[in-house]
Amino acid sequence: MEILANLWLGLETAMSLANLAYCLLGVFLGTAIGVLPGLGPVATIAMLLPATFGLPPVAALIMLAGIYYGAQYGGSTTAILVNLPGESSSVVTALDGYQMARQGHAGKALATAAIGSFIAGTLSTLLIAFFAPPLADVALTFGPAEYFSLMVLGLVASIVLAHGSLLHAVGMIVFGLLLGLVGTDVNSGTARYTFDLPELADGINFVVVAMGVFGIGEIVRNLEHEMTREVMIKRVTGLLPTREDFRRIIAPVLRGTALGSVLGILPGGGAMLASFSAYALEKKVSPNAANFGKGAIEGVAAPESANNAGAQTSFIPMLTLGIPSNPVMALMIGAMIIQGIQPGPAVMTEQPTLFWGLIVSMWIGNFFLLVLNLPLIGLWVRMILVPYHLLYPAILVFCAIGVFSLNNSTFDVHLMALFGLAGYVFAKLDCEPAPLMLGFILGPMMEEYLRRALLLSKGDPSVFVTRPISAVMLLLALAGLIAVLSPALRRKRDEAFTEDD
Amino acid sequence: MSVIRHPKDFWSGVMYLAFGLAAVWLARDYGMGSAGRMGPGYFPTVLGALLALIGLISAVRAFFGDGEGIGRFALGEVALVLGAVLLFGFLVRSAGLVVALPALVVIGAFASKRFRLAPSLLLAAGLTVFSVLVFVKGLGVPMPMLGTWFGG
Repeated sequence: MEILANLWLGLETAMSLANLAYCLLGVFLGTAIGVLPGLGPVATIAMLLPATFGLPPVAALIMLAGIYYGAQYGGSTTAILVNLPGESSSVVTALDGYQMARQGHAGKALATAAIGSFIAGTLSTLLIAFFAPPLADVALTFGPAEYFSLMVLGLVASIVLAHGSLLHAVGMIVFGLLLGLVGTDVNSGTARYTFDLPELADGINFVVVAMGVFGIGEIVRNLEHEMTREVMIKRVTGLLPTREDFRRIIAPVLRGTALGSVLGILPGGGAMLASFSAYALEKKVSPNAANFGKGAIEGVAAPESANNAGAQTSFIPMLTLGIPSNPVMALMIGAMIIQGIQPGPAVMTEQPTLFWGLIVSMWIGNFFLLVLNLPLIGLWVRMILVPYHLLYPAILVFCAIGVFSLNNSTFDVHLMALFGLAGYVFAKLDCEPAPLMLGFILGPMMEEYLRRALLLSKGDPSVFVTRPISAVMLLLALAGLIAVLSPALRRKRDEAFTEDD
Repeated sequence: MSVIRHPKDFWSGVMYLAFGLAAVWLARDYGMGSAGRMGPGYFPTVLGALLALIGLISAVRAFFGDGEGIGRFALGEVALVLGAVLLFGFLVRSAGLVVALPALVVIGAFASKRFRLAPSLLLAAGLTVFSVLVFVKGLGVPMPMLGTWFGG
């Protein structure tokens, strides 16, 4: 069994004392920052990214993955305890989780979230282990035409799955693609959109954009609606769910995991769409549907499992194709490049310890989440209680130092301020920043593959439809575009996203 | 009620249009090349034109469908928070961390309605000590504690 040998290799890597420690540290830091209201996984990872620069590649990625699911779980904790979802994927958790907390079942809600996440994490880690290698094998046969078509499909999928206005989703993607082109063109050496600034010659660093839009922009937005938070719970008791609770959550957890795993692979979907759809599905099929929104334990179990499963499986396209399906994965790709690893199908064969070590560490990280978070709940509650007017100056400090330390460049700090303004303007105009980030990362890749494909075909654009895999992907993209414009699917799509009111 | 019935769509349309046209205009000298050997201007020009088109649709659409208003632009908060970050950028090398960080914290904190000087100063001191210990001493980020102004 090759898969067992691979998992064994991964286990050896992930279980080394140093990597275990980095995994634990990542999960701990991720949760600690993720529980802070207003800080989602993207901002958390961007802020902590510089801390991993000095580590060896395997340890750095293990720690970043730990930060990711730690931040995700932290966001759910905040959603349950104070009804303030730190990021969009825990919006639906807040619906029933907060009601449970108000009824004195905060402990049970938190435990449900942790157990659901752990089960989902375990199953989806196995999925990655089984499906990543064959996918990477297929990806090795891809030429530039296939990659270009795949990215088109990815962008279309992210439009279909985007939250809110379709036109704005397209607009923000194109805007992101353009921003991604800033810098020196690799083929001709022409400086594009650099305004003769040497600092822009290498392009805009992704972390600068992420911290500006998701960190600084978010702060201004929060300050605009500054208000006191009501923290119901000073002490959380009654953590362990009963046998009856277990019986009630197991089916929602499994349904959530299945749905989340599928949606996580799709570009633009990731954890957020997974949790929204899982909640909507559960509301339809659950025998307890009448109590949804009033503190139903199923309403916590399903979206929490789904968002964790989605978070895990979104690693599949990142690890096998080198293509990010959401801004978090884009940051992971950025981290790999900083570590000198070119993401893509070759990673699995060239760096098997890194690949399998990371996968096994995901499972270990989920285990840490379970055993770490419930005993430490008192600490998380205290972190949530830090008032925002004392919290956000600290976030400013970490963003500023983090961005400065990328390249020791004050220019990057100023650019971050500019993207902070952009982030605030986007929020004011209801323009979702996530598609922008996706476009930003994919822009240079798409152009490169397009040019290479057309160079190889001597300018004949039919290459995209005569190569079968490429043709299938473009057809799927076309089908997606037609579907999203059809009134029936539009209604369904609106339905899936209206759970938050 | 003005003729613009959907202000958010209108202004985001204007934003796309402006950036799209600027992208096309700036790319005019980059060289289009041919489809077989694309020049550096090809992709940006196409994308810029597309963005401008999307902007136009969004802006025109704003005259026909209703939407909520944009609301107050938090000018003071924007100016203080972004100003604090900009100032940090200017000060970090010249004055060093021990000046740049407290400036960032105190000016940034002033944007809050709950700003009080004493706690902010305390917070600034705490964060500065923490950052120096963790980032400069611990992680070895090359940031001067005292900048060139102080001969650092």
